[in-house]
Amino acid sequence: MKFEEFKKPTWFQMNLRAVWGRAYPRIIGVNRELSWVFFETVLPLLGVAAFVYIYKALEAPPQYIGYVIIGGAMTAYWMNVLWSMAAQMYWEKEIGNLELYLIAPISRMSVLGGMALGGMFSSSVRAISTIVVGIVIFGISLSLPDPLMFAGIFIFTMIALYGMGMMFASLYMLWGREAWHMSSLFTEPIYLVSGFYFPVKGFTTMLGNPGTWIAAGASIIPITLGLDGMRQCLYPGNTDGFLPLWLELAILMVLSVVFLFLAKYSLAYMENLGKREGRLTMRWQ
Amino acid sequence: MARYAVEVKNLNRTFTTKAVRGKSKKEIVKALNDVNLTINEGELFGLLGPNGAGKTTLIKILCTLLLPSSGEARVLGHDVHKDTNAIRQKINMVSGGETSGYGLLTVRENIWLFSQLYGIPSKEANRRIDMLMKELKLEHKKNSKVRTLSTGLRQKANMVRGFMTDPALIFLDEPTLGLDVNASRLIRDFIKNWIREKPSRTVLLTTHYMVEADELCDRVAIINDGRVLACDTPDNLKKLIHQDSVLKLEIRQVDNVTAFENIAGVRNFTHSNDMASGITRLKFILDDEAIVADIVAAVPKSGSKILSVQKTEPTLEDVFVALVGRGLTNHEV
Ligand SMILES: Nc1ncnc2c1ncn2[C@@H]1O[C@H](COP(=O)(O)OP(=O)(O)OP(=O)(O)O)[C@@H](O)[C@H]1O
Ligand SMILES: [Mg+2]
Repeated sequence: MKFEEFKKPTWFQMNLRAVWGRAYPRIIGVNRELSWVFFETVLPLLGVAAFVYIYKALEAPPQYIGYVIIGGAMTAYWMNVLWSMAAQMYWEKEIGNLELYLIAPISRMSVLGGMALGGMFSSSVRAISTIVVGIVIFGISLSLPDPLMFAGIFIFTMIALYGMGMMFASLYMLWGREAWHMSSLFTEPIYLVSGFYFPVKGFTTMLGNPGTWIAAGASIIPITLGLDGMRQCLYPGNTDGFLPLWLELAILMVLSVVFLFLAKYSLAYMENLGKREGRLTMRWQ
Repeated sequence: MARYAVEVKNLNRTFTTKAVRGKSKKEIVKALNDVNLTINEGELFGLLGPNGAGKTTLIKILCTLLLPSSGEARVLGHDVHKDTNAIRQKINMVSGGETSGYGLLTVRENIWLFSQLYGIPSKEANRRIDMLMKELKLEHKKNSKVRTLSTGLRQKANMVRGFMTDPALIFLDEPTLGLDVNASRLIRDFIKNWIREKPSRTVLLTTHYMVEADELCDRVAIINDGRVLACDTPDNLKKLIHQDSVLKLEIRQVDNVTAFENIAGVRNFTHSNDMASGITRLKFILDDEAIVADIVAAVPKSGSKILSVQKTEPTLEDVFVALVGRGLTNHEV
């Protein structure tokens, strides 16, 4: 048996391949699990349908229906970050993939990065389907006068959000099932405080100053400002926005850097701790 | 200059298991206890030991998955503390019963995924995967989902994954665990051929199958309770117990074998009952042949009757029993 030699890739090429390799099952998975995509498009819509009808009954401004559909679409990313980023590591460890990733001569961030990119892709398919179905069923209309700003908000929301997911993934690496409980615990409250169903400015309207603090606190979760910014872009000229768009973009940029840095740091820390305590692998045998 | 593929000096590894509230106290396990070993480049080296001996712990340390508690370990000249990346570029690992990969992907896609962690261009990776699959007789399954594979085929896929990166040193942790005779044979032959192909290739294999260690390995270290008890070629290990000093006895079944314990000059003694045929099989490793008579005399004392007596050449199992004080399994005699 003779293997052909190949040109030794640079460190960068090697990690790029690793990212692509890890993203692959998630990207191809969309294709192989079409029924899932269907359910994950329809289920968020069922969730928002209730709000759509409440807004209609209350004769809320028409953009509110658009807001809640966008929120419904973005749940795909939040679910993905909680279940397929944060809680993923426990599963990868159990199945025996983690140790194979760890003995490979690549940056561990590439593995997490591949997970994130793949997750973004598969969630985008779901999110876009939700929006399309929302447009068809509820007849919402959107406009996009400033596509560049929208793209900026969206991209940095993704980087910051998945950066946070990568950080959770490394923190959860050594935890067992607790990771699952944490993820379940995080699901619903975040729907509320991050404003999946209504603009976070609603907190101020309803509760005054303390409401503003809730919105500000929730902004640590990138999806809060991301949602708010995207809504502002898609429905310009309203006063429902929480902060000025430029400021939201700037904060999202800062969050991106912070979360990516924290992810890298906690990953290195947890790996080291795991190596010392012998907790990187499940099976002792 | 002879280069060592693995060099381990005074290596210790302890685990502290956390106390479960109200149930047990904090427990300290010494998984490796002052281990010293060298493995030469080009060697097929075996670690033989019972469950919990510390085999996997040693492999994990050498694979950079676990830090030593104290002592030194070098892999292909690199320190496991400091030069992790240099080590990782040159090694790979396959464990028995491994369930890695993603259920959604085909066997070939899964292995390709892992090839990407080593920067192998996809075309060459797929070429290698196909070659290895052919050699391991897995070709017909390359487009099946991994979860549909039987244990044997699964393990072959793991082997393809490990060997595809063309490692200089590969760690095989019980590679034939739970496999049938044919699959084990195929995998053993594959390992033998692989190491013969290039003199610089090294294999560290763990097993608790005696025959596997005997047949495959250039040298074997017998390990128990975290300690290396002996390390030599299988032939030399067998010479540790003198020839003709193993006595096998079949007697009519008895439940109580105390009569055979504590006979002076018996280094070790194991027994098993064959319910179906009503026979008890006894095996003695003797220091001195003269005591055969004492053993034979003990048979009537136990209330039984001799059915057959046989003197045999020592096997690796006998060496193991002599060193460890018990067999690897309860049944083998
Ligand atoms: N991560 C860990 N945490 C706590 N104890 C551990 C850990 N890993 C191993 N041990 C303990 O260390 C000892 C050696 O285990 P190890 O897995 O190295 O044995 P082994 O020789 O591979 O056994 P087997 O034949 O069962 O695979 C055992 O007592 C085991 O329980
Ligand atoms: Mg083991």
